[in-house]
Amino acid sequence: MKPFAWAGLLALAVVLVFMLSLRLGSVDLTTAQVFAALRGQGDVNVRQIVIELRAPRAAMAILVGGGLSLSGAVFQALLRNPLAEPYILGISGGAATGAVLALALGLTASLTWALPAAALAGALLAILLVLGVASSADHRVDVRVLLLAGVVVGAFFTAFMSFVLSISDARTVRSAVLWMMGSLASSDWSTVWMVTLYSLPAAIALMALARPLNLLAIGEETAGYLGTNVERVKRIAYVLASLLTAAGVAATGVIGFVGLIVPHGVRLSVGADYRVLLPLSFLAGAVFLTLADIVARTVLSPTEVPIGVVTAFVGVPLFLLLLRRSVGARSGSEIES
Amino acid sequence: MSMSSAESPALEATDLTVHYPNVPVPALDSVNMIVPKGAFYAVLGPNGSGKSTLLRALLGMVPHASGRARLSGQPISDWNRRALAREAGVVTQSESVAFPITVRELVAMGRYPHLGALQSERITDRAAITEAMRMCDVGDLAHRSLSTLSGGELQRARVARAFAQEPNILLLDEPTTSLDIRHEMEILELLRTSANGGMTIFLITHHLDLAARFADRLLLLDRGRVAAEGEPREVLLEATLKRVYGWPISISNDPATGVLHVTPLSATSHPSQDRAPTPGETRDQTDASSYKSR
Repeated sequence: MKPFAWAGLLALAVVLVFMLSLRLGSVDLTTAQVFAALRGQGDVNVRQIVIELRAPRAAMAILVGGGLSLSGAVFQALLRNPLAEPYILGISGGAATGAVLALALGLTASLTWALPAAALAGALLAILLVLGVASSADHRVDVRVLLLAGVVVGAFFTAFMSFVLSISDARTVRSAVLWMMGSLASSDWSTVWMVTLYSLPAAIALMALARPLNLLAIGEETAGYLGTNVERVKRIAYVLASLLTAAGVAATGVIGFVGLIVPHGVRLSVGADYRVLLPLSFLAGAVFLTLADIVARTVLSPTEVPIGVVTAFVGVPLFLLLLRRSVGARSGSEIES
Repeated sequence: MSMSSAESPALEATDLTVHYPNVPVPALDSVNMIVPKGAFYAVLGPNGSGKSTLLRALLGMVPHASGRARLSGQPISDWNRRALAREAGVVTQSESVAFPITVRELVAMGRYPHLGALQSERITDRAAITEAMRMCDVGDLAHRSLSTLSGGELQRARVARAFAQEPNILLLDEPTTSLDIRHEMEILELLRTSANGGMTIFLITHHLDLAARFADRLLLLDRGRVAAEGEPREVLLEATLKRVYGWPISISNDPATGVLHVTPLSATSHPSQDRAPTPGETRDQTDASSYKSR
């Protein structure tokens, strides 16, 4: 299938899962009820559910799912490692430390935005630390050092967070654990607009870097000889992909697997050209996370399952299936050649 | 960046010296070298003699401790990367591809320096890609994933990418190492034809015979210094090669083709093979600066 056909199909899928997300939940609605509510007609309670609860939540799933997938794909090119994912460089550890501190200090009771703000601050601190450690005296970024710095900074934050949790009360621990597994439950229109303003420019800028990212995947020296300012591209790609991840983490907690599995699946389906891979990863990530959220809300309704659990339960088998198919295809073509 | 005057050489090194961090001896030591436009220039030397470092230093990829490098008349530090990539194409010794892209996608990367960030391939780009794949005999492999290629096929695809760049100067680091005889000869003849057509060729190789046969001039490096520079029969002298490579070598003239043949002898060589220095040995004390002054 051609990339444009994939793009069309995935764009259509985004619209369909968005509609599905508005229909399904603790109260199932008909398509007619949803359309009426969107036009501002029908029952007041239904309108309330669709416009104030489910629509911002679905929009957030699209933004965060797309953003995590896109940044995962970028990290994979930057680190030249197909196993890279958005949290590999310590962002989740930084964000979780911020969130746990906000919970432990009781800031979340009085200020609703304290949790996302603290998580964002923790993520940004981790990004700055990693970049500072990885930049050498002549301002070059060695991606192997970047990877090492990210893992070490992440481990430090995780240890710090564990320490804070160990001296916190049970309620705080439970809130922290739930936050770390991710949830879209607190999505409202104001956070949706904040995340949009914050992540849309980053996403577009990253897509414009598709050609340099293609070149990074074949090696920095050759990328330089093909006209890329390698150091600048690495720095911009790292900062933008990290900010995109940080926005998602701040709004919804640590949602795992999306950023690893979705770019992989897309790469196995359409190839590794980043000009195609990045936009399709965004769309596929949006579909995947919206579906995962529908499952999280409905499977044990009225109790919500943490969305990180769903992405792992659905994503991992799907991923293994894709991997098996691609390994089979590759050994087949090796015999052929 | 076409302000360079017609007579300025394609590549020029003046007292070029490069130190790698934590290595006591310089990787390049006061190298002087001039590659005229349209020349086929081959660089020879043992492992670790500085051939690849010279290539990187000429392109500004490693910092210069002292000396200067100019490309098409401009100091290398004055070039911006994109303009440089339109002027000079490079085939490095090896590269590892992180993701499974196709041969065509790899060759198409040669057009990146000609395209804006969001600009898609034009008809001229597609023509250049197709022509480069044809020249390097990878047209039939266009849609094959790189992970399914043999070493030689991948090498040809990488040379094709450099040709798709349509550069004025082409620098290649041992491009024919893993090629079979036919493809090796095809690539070398392609390089020769390109040089005849005005492209400057800078080729690093270990094949002394083929260098003598195809190149206009040779540069022989020895531990970062210029051991000899000039036309093939000025550089390929038994005594010079024995000293530089640390191995007895015999040179003969093929009566059929008129080209030089370089034959490594055995280490415990016969006294008769271990000849006295020929008059030409004085040549290995000279360097590019004497060539320049002539």
